[in-house]
Amino acid sequence: MLEVLRAGPMLTVQDRGRFGWRHAGVSAAGPMDGPAFAMANALVGNTAEAAALEFAHLGGIFRAHAPCRIAVTGGTAEVVIEGEPRPAWEAHRVMAGQTIRIGAMADAVWGYLAVSGGIETPILMGSRAAHLRSGLGRVVEAGARLPLGAFDPRGPALACRRPHAETLAPRDIRVVLGPQQDAFSAEVLERFASARFTVTTRRDRMAMILDGPQIPAQRGHDIVSDGTVAGSIQIPGSGCPIVLMAEAQTTGGYPKIATVIGADLPRLAQMPSGAAFRFRPVPRDTAEDIWIAQHSAERRARLRLSVTIARRWRA
Amino acid sequence: MTSAPILLPAGDQALVVQLSEDIDAAVNARVIALADALDRAGIAGITDRVPTYRSLLVRYDPTVIRGRRLEERLLRLLEELDVENAPARLWRVPVLYGGPAGLDLEDLAREKKMSPEELVALHCGTEYRVFMIGFAPGFAYLGGLNPRLHTPRLAIPRQMIPAGAVGMGGQQASINSVAGPSGWRFIGGTPVRLFDPARDPAILLAAGDRIMFEPVDRGTFTRLAALAAAGRPVIGPEVA
Repeated sequence: MLEVLRAGPMLTVQDRGRFGWRHAGVSAAGPMDGPAFAMANALVGNTAEAAALEFAHLGGIFRAHAPCRIAVTGGTAEVVIEGEPRPAWEAHRVMAGQTIRIGAMADAVWGYLAVSGGIETPILMGSRAAHLRSGLGRVVEAGARLPLGAFDPRGPALACRRPHAETLAPRDIRVVLGPQQDAFSAEVLERFASARFTVTTRRDRMAMILDGPQIPAQRGHDIVSDGTVAGSIQIPGSGCPIVLMAEAQTTGGYPKIATVIGADLPRLAQMPSGAAFRFRPVPRDTAEDIWIAQHSAERRARLRLSVTIARRWRA
Repeated sequence: MTSAPILLPAGDQALVVQLSEDIDAAVNARVIALADALDRAGIAGITDRVPTYRSLLVRYDPTVIRGRRLEERLLRLLEELDVENAPARLWRVPVLYGGPAGLDLEDLAREKKMSPEELVALHCGTEYRVFMIGFAPGFAYLGGLNPRLHTPRLAIPRQMIPAGAVGMGGQQASINSVAGPSGWRFIGGTPVRLFDPARDPAILLAAGDRIMFEPVDRGTFTRLAALAAAGRPVIGPEVA
């Protein structure tokens, strides 16, 4: 069992997500940064289906009530186990009764704490992922006691090379235009693809609102409501783009000028408020190629984790 | 309805089959029939599909099926589509008109220059169609509201409307599925919970279903509400 002594902002239990319910009005939820979440699970030897904790900016303080391995990913978080500083992006052994403090991340917004065995809160509609707007799960608060699953205590503590080093450099956010690109003039589409947009503080697990130039639609900003996905870029009457995220509504009545590609959505989610970037349209075929390549690169990275020095200490 | 379907990308893991730009029961029936045909086709790599008023959104895993290939499959399904055979379930939804959830009943009746009884008779005297589920878990957009009951939404939404509140916004009717803010006007409440994550089924209504509202008294409402709180669906569908 993992006890929460102090909870950072927006601390929730997440697994990969709740799939197959969009037709019923329930979006998948799941992690804001899927690759970082998957890596946290891999580092402690969990399966991809295991649940872990997600937090915004700052993790909190936790106490392990049984021996386990933990890993923190997302950004360069300050991790302190029973007074000893430990690096993020690698697994560490924790003894029963020891405390884990996860401080602020300087270079990311969403962080992950995975525990060997995974967090075994009740499964609702096939998933443990908190979906706050739907009343599925809740924000984890101080005093919570989170049940953990069984794991192999002889398993190694693993480490990875920081996978995000390359993505820290400023780079465009790639999009596929549509489904409602026809609602915008050629000139406005050109503006959308060349102007700088800024991440604002109006952001949560549902959506991120961006600042930038006006993006007016040609025939008003109301369409007959249709389906949305994580990454949909809605343009409401205010002209400020709204990028839908993990916990967004499943349908919407604003025209969607473009969709952030799957490979770049976690990077957008991790951008600090105030960061500026450009959207760069790519053909759908290219976006699928990028996703397939990144998907297999991430899988290879998770399979090639190295055993940390902690294992030698144990011997 | 005769216009050619338009295929629109929604990123690298979803696409949209758009059959029209308008709200129309026949178009909506085709969208739902396509969703059903897609389920039956058992195409590997489909992760979700969302039928809406006039289009079908399909999520897919591009490591299993590419968008271009999926579009070909969807166009072929559309060519062979049989809309007639789609079953239409009918739900009879009990409503306590007025009552704690029906805070707009008296005002709306006055605005529309009719008695509350006349308004209730118009509301429950017609069959509704579930055009789509969206916005919130299990929230059904219902078409078929009597034109005399068409009602503009409030300029400033109310902060907290309970689950089960029965209301209307614009030309549409609905039943609140989760508690939350709403700019719709409400005339009653149902003890039925359209969404209960701990219940199987968690969600009652589906796009294409038919709805009839049936007035009940306070005693019946209280009895059914207790059943709903215990995790019972309370009502079941009749299949035509």
